[in-house]
Amino acid sequence: MDYERLLNPTLVATQPSGIRRFFDMAAELEDVIALTIGEPDFSTPWHIRQAGIQTLEKGKTWYSPNAGFAALRQSIANYLSRRFSLNYDPAHEVVVTVGGSEAIDLTFRAVVGPGDEVLVPSPSFVCYSPLAQLAGGKAVPLVTRAEDDFRLTAEALKAAITPKTKLLVLPFPNNPTGAVMRKEHLEEIAAVLRGTDILVLSDEIYGELTYGAEEHVSIASLPDMWERTILVSGFSKAYAMTGWRLGYCCGPQPIIQQILKLHQYGIMSAPTTAQYAAIEALDNGDEDVAAMRAEYDSRRRLIVDGFRKLGMPCFEPEGAFYCFPSVAITGLTSEEFCRRLLQEKHVAVVPGTAFGDCGEGFIRVSYCYSVKHIREALKRIGEFLEDYQ
Amino acid sequence: MDKLLKLLDTNARLSNAELAVMTGSTEDAVAKQIAAWEKDGVIRAYKALVDWDRTDREYVTAIIELRVTPKRDAGFEAIAQTIAAWEEVESIYLMSGGYDFSIVVTGRTFKEVAMFVANRLSTLDSVVSTATHFVLRRYKEKNVMYAAEEKDEREGF
Repeated sequence: MDYERLLNPTLVATQPSGIRRFFDMAAELEDVIALTIGEPDFSTPWHIRQAGIQTLEKGKTWYSPNAGFAALRQSIANYLSRRFSLNYDPAHEVVVTVGGSEAIDLTFRAVVGPGDEVLVPSPSFVCYSPLAQLAGGKAVPLVTRAEDDFRLTAEALKAAITPKTKLLVLPFPNNPTGAVMRKEHLEEIAAVLRGTDILVLSDEIYGELTYGAEEHVSIASLPDMWERTILVSGFSKAYAMTGWRLGYCCGPQPIIQQILKLHQYGIMSAPTTAQYAAIEALDNGDEDVAAMRAEYDSRRRLIVDGFRKLGMPCFEPEGAFYCFPSVAITGLTSEEFCRRLLQEKHVAVVPGTAFGDCGEGFIRVSYCYSVKHIREALKRIGEFLEDYQ
Repeated sequence: MDKLLKLLDTNARLSNAELAVMTGSTEDAVAKQIAAWEKDGVIRAYKALVDWDRTDREYVTAIIELRVTPKRDAGFEAIAQTIAAWEEVESIYLMSGGYDFSIVVTGRTFKEVAMFVANRLSTLDSVVSTATHFVLRRYKEKNVMYAAEEKDEREGF
């Protein structure tokens, strides 16, 4: 059979994730320090695991309501109100999804029509543009630059808006750069959006992981923004619950109603055990989040300082758990740098280009690793740089 | 400074420069704080955790439960000090529960440790009974995994 002809051409034309590629290459070598992984090295805190185990012991293994258990949606609403001053009606404005990823996909499919333009800051996580395109839209990259601390600027946004612009993706705190949008930066974006019909997908999965003096602010908390924002978040990063596959999206009822329909037909309901555990996480997990955040912060300081001492300029990441140093001093492309570093020193990092063309000249380095690993990686990168200077 | 102490507790070989970076402090302040802790006895020593099973050294460890009759004036203190002074004794703790002291003793052979218990510990005036348990395998020591190599099973996304 001529599969090429039979398959969805948009999907066939979509490249697989570039993060995955280097991870797989690293897996074939011995003694590799792989700083490629974007998930916590902590296990889910015990009391959260236990909450899941207890429901299994009691035999609570059925489907949940399509939108997720009412108790979990209530906990999500309470949490968003407590932490970010956001108000959502748990009955109509919250859907529990299979990870933040499903929530992103559902949002695109619910709002993007044929030919609609989706503005995607770049560099950013790999899924937005492919999913926007598979939903029938056209992904338009919005370049963010090191000199702007990798923030989305009002100018860049204004310049990209056309009559076809449907949705702006706001992926902050950002993977891969670690950039955050503080309230004053969000206000500039809000000023551009106010009075337009442009919707916002605010991916706040790293919202708990910020390290500056100021905590995360959601664009939905600014005047006139709530009604246009679909907030996407989840449990993976803050509570070290990646494998439980649980996230959520919140927004105005007319949008959430459509998202719920997609979720109902495509997924039915998010994993039941994970939902019970997530209630415990939201209601009693603040201390765990604080402890993990403090640990990431130590590592963040160590690794950023390490790169700077090696002569690699490194923007100060204020969120998530990545740093994004420049490889310019080597004269190598990102891809070449990563390939040679892996082959010669057995250290795996991800080329910035995996997150958009404008990631050229940078690498994404995860610090979800022990201090021992980070020190060893920095030592090896130092040796590598000596060969190129 | 609690954070600094925790970092040292995990890895005593971090340099003052690294510790300063990680805690957002200065090298000078870190050095001063550590010196103060050393002086006050908050930090007692810096040692490597050696897995002797991976070396040629003959090495056994026993945990000994000791029941004693406290001395009239000094209580448990005098006995504890006597036992603690012996170099075979790695640790000694005063315990709640079914016995009084838990003693960790190391030696080259089972026999050597058993003889230490028979000749030195059991003959102390105040000792009522001993129970010696030899360590067969060490899985974890001071938060460090010994038995299994830790493998990173995470996937890269």
